[in-house]
Amino acid sequence: MGKTLAEKILSEKSQTDVRAGDIAVARVDLAFVQDTTGPLTIREFESSFSSLANKDRSVLFLDHAAPSPNCQLSTDHTYLRGFAASAGCRLSDVGDGVCHQIVAESIAKPSDVIVGADSHTVTAGGLGAFATGMGSSDVAVAMALGRTWFRVPESVRVTVSGSLRQGVYAKDLILHLIGLLGADGATYQSLEFSGDTVDKMSISERLTVANMSVEAGAKVGLFAADDITHDYLIKQGRGGDYRPISPDADASYTRTINIDASTLEPTVSQPHTVDNTAPVKELNGVKIHQVFLGTCTNGRLEDLAMAASILKGKKRHPETRLIIAPASRKVLLQAIEAGYIRTFLEAGAVILPPGCGACLGLHQGVLGDGEVCLSTANRNFKGRMGNPKAFIYLGSPATAAATAILGEITDPREVL
Amino acid sequence: MFKGKAFKFGDNISTDHIVPGRLAHLRSNLPELAKHVLEDADPTFAARVKPGDFVVVGSNFGLGSSREHAPLVIKMAGVSAILAKSVARIFFRNAINLGLPVLICDTNKIDDGDEIEVDMETGVVRDITNGNKIAFKPIPTFMSAILNEGGLISYIKKHGDFKL
Ligand code: SF4
Repeated sequence: MGKTLAEKILSEKSQTDVRAGDIAVARVDLAFVQDTTGPLTIREFESSFSSLANKDRSVLFLDHAAPSPNCQLSTDHTYLRGFAASAGCRLSDVGDGVCHQIVAESIAKPSDVIVGADSHTVTAGGLGAFATGMGSSDVAVAMALGRTWFRVPESVRVTVSGSLRQGVYAKDLILHLIGLLGADGATYQSLEFSGDTVDKMSISERLTVANMSVEAGAKVGLFAADDITHDYLIKQGRGGDYRPISPDADASYTRTINIDASTLEPTVSQPHTVDNTAPVKELNGVKIHQVFLGTCTNGRLEDLAMAASILKGKKRHPETRLIIAPASRKVLLQAIEAGYIRTFLEAGAVILPPGCGACLGLHQGVLGDGEVCLSTANRNFKGRMGNPKAFIYLGSPATAAATAILGEITDPREVL
Repeated sequence: MFKGKAFKFGDNISTDHIVPGRLAHLRSNLPELAKHVLEDADPTFAARVKPGDFVVVGSNFGLGSSREHAPLVIKMAGVSAILAKSVARIFFRNAINLGLPVLICDTNKIDDGDEIEVDMETGVVRDITNGNKIAFKPIPTFMSAILNEGGLISYIKKHGDFKL
């Protein structure tokens, strides 16, 4: 019997032949933390261990509160910077961008095992890496030993075929899938994507889909590494990191979900759970006070390009704030060169520094009581954007741009 | 054997309900952070919970962010175990890593405010108030070994590595 992507990677990294249900102790290719989970990890590390197993493969990211809005978080940053300097590991400082974007751009390789003290570590599954979120203790131990343990997950095969219609994007696909599975529909499992739609998807789109697999409870969201992966890595200046990987044709899955891409509609998640999905057209007219475009889900160049194409020569609705955070410094530079940032500013947008921005409710776009936001992020839980009395809808960059212009939830096909 | 009162919550209580992101500035001041435990699910919980009590929930408890601060503040509140129909993956692992038991059982049979007793040896929850006896699923072997050492860091300090 053949192997799934999860079984292949974990067998290789544990140097044992493992199958779904087995426990594997696997070598970790990258262990990282960010500024809101990092201080606990590093304090645990410092109180119990003396040195990092692999300095080059341990990274601290300052991205969630970047730049820091208060003295406590600034002090956390100082602590992490100090640790990076003394331990000799890599630090990604304020302004570099969101950890998952930087991991994709400059670190993750197909077949890697990656653990991060952040649930959206799954993003790197878009490049064929077994990447998963863990807590501070687990990452502290992974940094110390260079290994961690996994229960090898069962896999669900998601086969997507056909072409997405105009106005429908990877974000709509993953929102649709989460609505179908439910917020715990894939708990403990690996979601493995295949099919002719997936084979043609750009890495940016695959990262969006992998990023949100955790919103159905999945441990990882995995894509095969193919020529598109290779081209992406070449563009990032690291073609040498490429290695093809695909599941065996006779691998065994707990179930297969078939999605016909040509039937999908622009989709949104409604407050306060990600699986509370509906077609955008059913919500046309819901008044929106703030649109947030960015995050590790949809803050990449392709996302900004899509939004800019809709916003070009237009203005945001006077009662709707438009806040944009490019996912990384590289994305911001490219967006400046392409003229997107000018388009956004002329449309009345606020541009935030690369980082998580308004996504997690710390700063840079906290919602007021009763306010409603449409965000391109991955979560709309109560309180997520800093106020339990606010409401968050999630949608694609195209839906976000269309909504910013009309001031109410708008099907992007109305403006395309 | 644990004994205490049940504090009941519904389904899909996320780590944002337990310790919201807006309080990230308190994460290096744990006693202060702990005062807000479960605030966005029940603002009165922190003041009412007593050492030994139980958090009893529906399905998919602890979904969302990987913040270990979520099970940590629940543990700091003195909660002896979480009883759930199901829990999100990262939360489950984090709780066990901190030495906080998470027991999967049919929590419909427990009402808010009930006195309950948990026998870790026999795997049974007894609701003293309504007389129900509920079996919980055994904790997977390897996680149980971590729990028995009081958490992951103590486990690794003692064994030096993962001993399967
Ligand atoms: S952008 Fe949002 S979801 Fe992504 S890492 Fe930052 S806070 Fe988390």
